[in-house]
Amino acid sequence: MRGGEALLRSTGVPRDGHEPPRGFEAMRGRPRWLIDPVSVGLWVFMGVATALFSLFLFAYVMRIAGGDAAAIAWPKQVWLSTALLALAGIAMQRAARTGPSRDEAAARRALIAGGLLAMAFIGVQLWTWSILSQAQVRLNGNPMGSFFYLLSAMHGLHVLGGLAGWAVAVHAAARGDDARAARLTRLCARYWHFLLFVWVVLFAALAGITPELAARLCGVQ
Amino acid sequence: MAYADAHDDHGPQSFWTKYVWSQDHKVIAIQYAGTAILVGLVGVALSNLMRLQLGFPGVFKFIDPEHYYQFVTMHGMIMVIYLLTALFLGGFGNYCIPLMVGARDMVFPFLNMLSFWVYLLSVIVLMVSFFVPGGPTGAGWTLYPPQAVLPGTPGASWGIVLMLVSLAIFIVAATMGGLNYVTTVLQARTRGMTLLRMPLTVWGIFVATILALLAFPALFVSAVMMLLDRLLGTSFFMPALVSMGQVSEYRGGSPLLFQHLFWFFGHPEVYIVALPAFGIVSDLISVHARKSIFGYRQMVWAIVAIGVLSVVVWAHHMFVSGMNPYFGFFFATTTLIIAVPTAIKVYNWLLTLWRGDIHLSVPMLFALGFISTFAIGGLTGLFLGNVSVDIPLSNTYFVVAHFHMVMGVSPILVVFGGLYHWYPKISGRMLNDTLGRIHFWVTFLGTYAIFFPMHYLGVLGMPRRYYAYEGYEFIPPSALHLNTFISVVAFVVATAQLLFVFNLLWSLKYGRASGPNPWRAASLEWQTPDTPPVHGNWGPHLPVAYRWAYAYSVPGAPEDFIAQNAPPEAGGFEPEPGHDTATRGVPA
Repeated sequence: MRGGEALLRSTGVPRDGHEPPRGFEAMRGRPRWLIDPVSVGLWVFMGVATALFSLFLFAYVMRIAGGDAAAIAWPKQVWLSTALLALAGIAMQRAARTGPSRDEAAARRALIAGGLLAMAFIGVQLWTWSILSQAQVRLNGNPMGSFFYLLSAMHGLHVLGGLAGWAVAVHAAARGDDARAARLTRLCARYWHFLLFVWVVLFAALAGITPELAARLCGVQ
Repeated sequence: MAYADAHDDHGPQSFWTKYVWSQDHKVIAIQYAGTAILVGLVGVALSNLMRLQLGFPGVFKFIDPEHYYQFVTMHGMIMVIYLLTALFLGGFGNYCIPLMVGARDMVFPFLNMLSFWVYLLSVIVLMVSFFVPGGPTGAGWTLYPPQAVLPGTPGASWGIVLMLVSLAIFIVAATMGGLNYVTTVLQARTRGMTLLRMPLTVWGIFVATILALLAFPALFVSAVMMLLDRLLGTSFFMPALVSMGQVSEYRGGSPLLFQHLFWFFGHPEVYIVALPAFGIVSDLISVHARKSIFGYRQMVWAIVAIGVLSVVVWAHHMFVSGMNPYFGFFFATTTLIIAVPTAIKVYNWLLTLWRGDIHLSVPMLFALGFISTFAIGGLTGLFLGNVSVDIPLSNTYFVVAHFHMVMGVSPILVVFGGLYHWYPKISGRMLNDTLGRIHFWVTFLGTYAIFFPMHYLGVLGMPRRYYAYEGYEFIPPSALHLNTFISVVAFVVATAQLLFVFNLLWSLKYGRASGPNPWRAASLEWQTPDTPPVHGNWGPHLPVAYRWAYAYSVPGAPEDFIAQNAPPEAGGFEPEPGHDTATRGVPA
């Protein structure tokens, strides 16, 4: 936890006790220090993750256009996991709500729920793996299956990374550091929405871009 | 951590927190650079082993074809990824960004420390591959499937696995570092340090980092998918094939998909290395010619334009792989368009030098050397960017000559120039000048002697990646003699690098004390209250930037430079059309 705390701790320049963060960029008048560096870092990371998953998707389309891929029937567990991740995002959004009506206790409960729902998402994804495996959808078989295992695993790793950040937020809330907890919760909420967006795009691609469509997209049919 | 206040915080005190588990960007920079230089020396040694075989074929019995291909592969990967990328971003990026933008550190120091240790882990995994059964991979640095993972290719059992794992680990490290560099540039600039006042070194590293963050995922995707092909029997890249008489389990995979992913990373990688070099060389030329950089804004936009264009040219590495002719036309066109912003930069360097007060110091020599080698390498790039010229020259020594001049020799000359330039700030001592000049001339002339003749070998049709060249009627004996000459020069140049390493270590203790600003440079890193800068960089007060970093030889100024943080009354503001320069530069 200590490492996680430090990971999210940012020095930034406003720490200079002698020069309070008056925070106006000289020529532009932009209040630079109103933006949390961790928030900017998260945006940048989400950009990197977007590049990663986009490339996976391009690879998916090019590969399944090859002629040996066959569409697979998706078990209903995939819909359940998608719903869980959506609920996790809703809970996290409630936890991150600001303004005079903010109830710290309710926010803490929502924060916990957001994390637990994300864990449940991981659990159901693993369940989906076992169902597909029983249906003879192998990692080293039909490329549609290979890509499902690969993409859901990569997405799951990103969810686990988010849960590490979530644990830091829960720790801050448990210590009674409400301001820090609220700040981290807002970042978690943004990341949860991103995870949902990525998963929906991946699932839509896996379900919607059939080998025939991919072949047409790649101009090989 | 709140080390801004000099009264109640003195930074880490123990040896371990100060030098090993350090979160100080300057220490991390040195850790990165030291590791990169060490692994780079391994890369140089491997190139010399290759040259032993090429210059004196069959004489050294321990260099069999398997070993030769392993040397080729490891040399390429080490130099491109583990030396140049790590040194420019992890070394120069870490050292220069916070000091040049007036910050106390990177915005995420702990992540920064992790970045180095993860990088070190990737290097260790790579080095371990020398000692595993079968040795490191010999698939060529491009690691093309299907041959990279098939028996018959050296290192197909363990070597390729360790290479792919090492690359994946490296990408994690580079991402951690990249998040820091980008966020620090965006968020931790001191007052008055607008984006268009940042030194070009920071601009180069900043845009290169964005490129790295967007391009390295492509290598990550290809590494993960190839690992799965190799270890778990998937067929992402592996087609159905018969290997050594055995029908493999693979079916349907696309080797061409790997090529696209690899080069979607691989070409931006050229600019991940080149853009920091462009930035650094701009600063070296301006400081050592005592003249403001010509066309600062053009230089910034050229860096941005090159960065953008570099992600839409990748398939020019695949002209011989076969593609729709219209795609070939597209990629040839985008490739040639890159010449425009690149040429703008070269012209601006020359115009900066024009009528400058040129000091032929060692950093300046390396900067001038860079302009020469980069122009040569860039011009041969125009040849290879054209499909019709590329096809006959592809896979010949012309390509070897081109990319070594443009992205081997050129960036490494800038690395040396940068190290000679900033060493006094890093250590408080000057590098030995005589050793530096010997190092420059041997390296500069030597690399020309190595790579320039390779253009002729390439035009002659001499294929690259061959273990031996005897018995080919179209290769005359003179080509083999030329190879011997190249090899001898390569050994001399390699030895000169040891001289440089000796200089680095010797000068730490015996070098002449440099003082805070031996080059009389204007940018912020030279204005720190302590040299070397202490933890937190700036003492109790952060500097305030009142002007750009290129106020040299300003008419009427008492000295021939005005520091970026000198009071506004000193003048020397950046030229900007439409603004009254007399009242500009004062932060709100």
